[in-house]
Amino acid sequence: MNGSPYLLRENNSVTVVMLKVLAALIPGVIAHVWFFGPGIVVSLLLCGAFAIGFETLVLLMRGMPLKPFLTDGSVLVTACLLALALPTLAPWWLYLAGVFFAVVVAKHLYGGLGQNLFNPAMVGYAVLIVSFPVTMTQWAAPYGVAHAIPDLWEAFDLVFAGAGAISPDAYTSATVLDTWKTQVRLGKDAADILGQPIFGWAGGRGQEIVASMYLAGGLLLVANRLTTWHIPFAFLAGIAATAGALHLLDPSRHADPLFHLLSGGAMLGAFFIATDPVTAASTPLGKLIYASLAGFLTVIIRTYGGYPDGVAFAILLMNVAVPFIDAYTQPRVFGHKHGGKRGQA
Amino acid sequence: MTRKLFTFNGGVHPEGHKDVSNATPIANLPLLPRYVVPLRQHIGTPARALVQVGDTVLRGQMIGAAEGYVSTAVHAPTSGRVVALEPHEVPHPSGLADMCVVIESDGLDQAVEFQPLDWRNLDPSALRNRIRDLGLAGLGGAVFPSFIKLNPEGGGIDTLILNGAECEPWITCDDRLMRERAAEILQGVAVMRHMLGAREVLIGIEDNKPEAIAAMRAAAAGEAEVIAEVVSIRTLYPTGGGKQLTYILTGRETPTGGRSTDVGAQVFNIGTAYALYRAVALGEPMLSRVVTVTGHVAAPGNYEARLGTPVADLLQAAGGALPGSVGKLVGGPMMGFELENDAEDNAAPLTKAVNCIIVKHPDLFPAKPSALPCIRCGACARACPADLQPFEMYWFSRAKDFGKAQSYDLFDCIECGCCSFVCPSHIPLVDFFRFAKSEIWERERHKHDADQARTRHEFKDFRLEREKKEKAEKLAAKVAENKARDAATAAAIAGNAESADPEAERKKAILQAALDRAKKAKESIAPQNTDNLSPAVAKQIEEIEARRTQADTRPEHEEGK
Repeated sequence: MNGSPYLLRENNSVTVVMLKVLAALIPGVIAHVWFFGPGIVVSLLLCGAFAIGFETLVLLMRGMPLKPFLTDGSVLVTACLLALALPTLAPWWLYLAGVFFAVVVAKHLYGGLGQNLFNPAMVGYAVLIVSFPVTMTQWAAPYGVAHAIPDLWEAFDLVFAGAGAISPDAYTSATVLDTWKTQVRLGKDAADILGQPIFGWAGGRGQEIVASMYLAGGLLLVANRLTTWHIPFAFLAGIAATAGALHLLDPSRHADPLFHLLSGGAMLGAFFIATDPVTAASTPLGKLIYASLAGFLTVIIRTYGGYPDGVAFAILLMNVAVPFIDAYTQPRVFGHKHGGKRGQA
Repeated sequence: MTRKLFTFNGGVHPEGHKDVSNATPIANLPLLPRYVVPLRQHIGTPARALVQVGDTVLRGQMIGAAEGYVSTAVHAPTSGRVVALEPHEVPHPSGLADMCVVIESDGLDQAVEFQPLDWRNLDPSALRNRIRDLGLAGLGGAVFPSFIKLNPEGGGIDTLILNGAECEPWITCDDRLMRERAAEILQGVAVMRHMLGAREVLIGIEDNKPEAIAAMRAAAAGEAEVIAEVVSIRTLYPTGGGKQLTYILTGRETPTGGRSTDVGAQVFNIGTAYALYRAVALGEPMLSRVVTVTGHVAAPGNYEARLGTPVADLLQAAGGALPGSVGKLVGGPMMGFELENDAEDNAAPLTKAVNCIIVKHPDLFPAKPSALPCIRCGACARACPADLQPFEMYWFSRAKDFGKAQSYDLFDCIECGCCSFVCPSHIPLVDFFRFAKSEIWERERHKHDADQARTRHEFKDFRLEREKKEKAEKLAAKVAENKARDAATAAAIAGNAESADPEAERKKAILQAALDRAKKAKESIAPQNTDNLSPAVAKQIEEIEARRTQADTRPEHEEGK
């Protein structure tokens, strides 16, 4: 079959979509380099290389052509999102394991591009945080906090050869989310916690700017119609509403909404991860339900859970609910009665 | 004065390429030596041929009559001789041949006498019949017989909509027609309005045709009788879809499975209005149409050509295809189809349905890249003017789970092509939907056949059972009768004991009883239904038998048409 239409939109392909998504990450990456040093470049390169390696290997094993399946760029997006979600300057095998679970298990064992139920990058992240909790909480400290910021070559050296005699404490610290949670549980005063050097004006020092840059890149994605406003808006609104409610109840135990929005993976998750079309809800109403619940779960896990951040688990949990949400939120079809029977599966 | 316009969801903005062909006036084609006139140029039953090979015909002579209700007539494009009545290649997406009347022109172009119609005073039904016999069908592409759409159906139609949107890229025949013949179009509109009793007349034209809008507004201002409002609408494909245009202009949604008349609006293409003007004012049947010939040709433009003009001659009129061309599209690139035969001497003829021929070139129509898996990005759903979820329908169509595909309202798909156009994975979504629809139709036909077979089988069982029962009853009756008779005989013997010859008497009684039985048996045999037939019925049976034999030798492609 080869029928109409005989026209296709120009400059429109999965590769183009993926490259635009990668381009929208650039401001955040630059901010990251600015505040945390070039370590992020190493993890991006490493994850990208591992991802291309695994993708090639699996495609060959599955007897699928490398073009267009490798060149579609989707695996690079997965790799970059994973790299941005992981601590920098971590040992190389951490990235290898994360990419393996993201690309081989979460993506290809489920059938490859378009078939996966769970967000691959978040599967990789979840496996690592469950398996290597200590390594996963050692984040590169920003300028002004770290005793020394490794340059690019030092970063490579740290990743491949390990810290050696240097203590990781010299250049890493816990995240602000982690610090807040542990110290609140120890009964510390909120103002004292927020006065520590790793806290900035709203979130983590430097991290708040990185998050703002993700926000800027994400808005570009929305403006270019690569994603609709529904998921980022509802995800951030879900976080803000839940954090706001908790903060009103007890400001001494619960951080304010802006802190939650600019910390951890909230902004990255809102625009780049929760919006992954393969694993997200697809109807307008479904997107709002899916993302607002993911936002709600993020704050709940951050507050009451045992993990430093809740974005990954919140999104993975909502991934499960997507087929159900989609089936019950089908939009009204033109010419059908308002409030009539929906075309649910 | 601005009218409140409505906006349907979705839609796309493909590059228009209108300026390629809309700069020059409509040109006429010279008389050709040969025309090929298909008997099926409209939706519905093909016309029934009224001529035989060897007949001479005049221009405008009806050569095919409407057959059944949804049908319309076809006419000879010039005077000459019928040289063939045979299946011939036609412009149709199936690529199959269809019955055509081939006319060899005598060069004289003599016409039958055309009689203008007194449309204001003619009985509405008579007027519609005349319009049917003049062969009018919608020229927007769907070619539905116009006389049916001109039936007011009890007066529920308050709005007459003229479709001048011409939203498909490349096509400009309506644009040129409106620029050049606005007054005539409006006269046709007057007839339509009269026939439908519509209160309001709205002429929708996309704002990428400012000259056409100006010309139509000027003509509308001069036309006192029809107060038609020319509405400039935003250029957005598929604005020219009947349901979409009705919604844009009136805010009324055509219900699923329905027509715009269900919401009080009737939609005609402006080319049809022009043809109606010619039919009514001049009494001329539908003999020609304006067709855009564009793309990779030397002289792209619009041509007024007689129906039956071979595509090869049309292309020649447009200077011929330029070197490097690859194939031709019939209709627009969004909903048209590829002409099967790409030979230079393409003999497929121009029909009422053909509004455009685009000669393709790889630069203009690059080869489609191979499809990638669906990433559920939802671009198709955002582009769909029917608010469908194409990626879900695709998923189930591909899996041949047609019930599920249907539950996502597959049959509300108008096959406009927006989803395929925007798909970043380059999935031919519409192809999948066409496939799913045809499979569902096929299954429904099978189911219908199976239901019919089952009903017949059940009736046969019932009949056999009934016959068995009747037989048993008959047997029981007979046994009872025999018993009674034996008893009677015995009694008679006993009674007649003193008669002269009791033995002879008894023999006579037995004989009589046997005769009675035989007579009864003869009576009980029902006459067969093939006995004592009237000659007419006998002839019918013969015809049916003949058809059956023919059906066995019928070429396969004719089936399922």
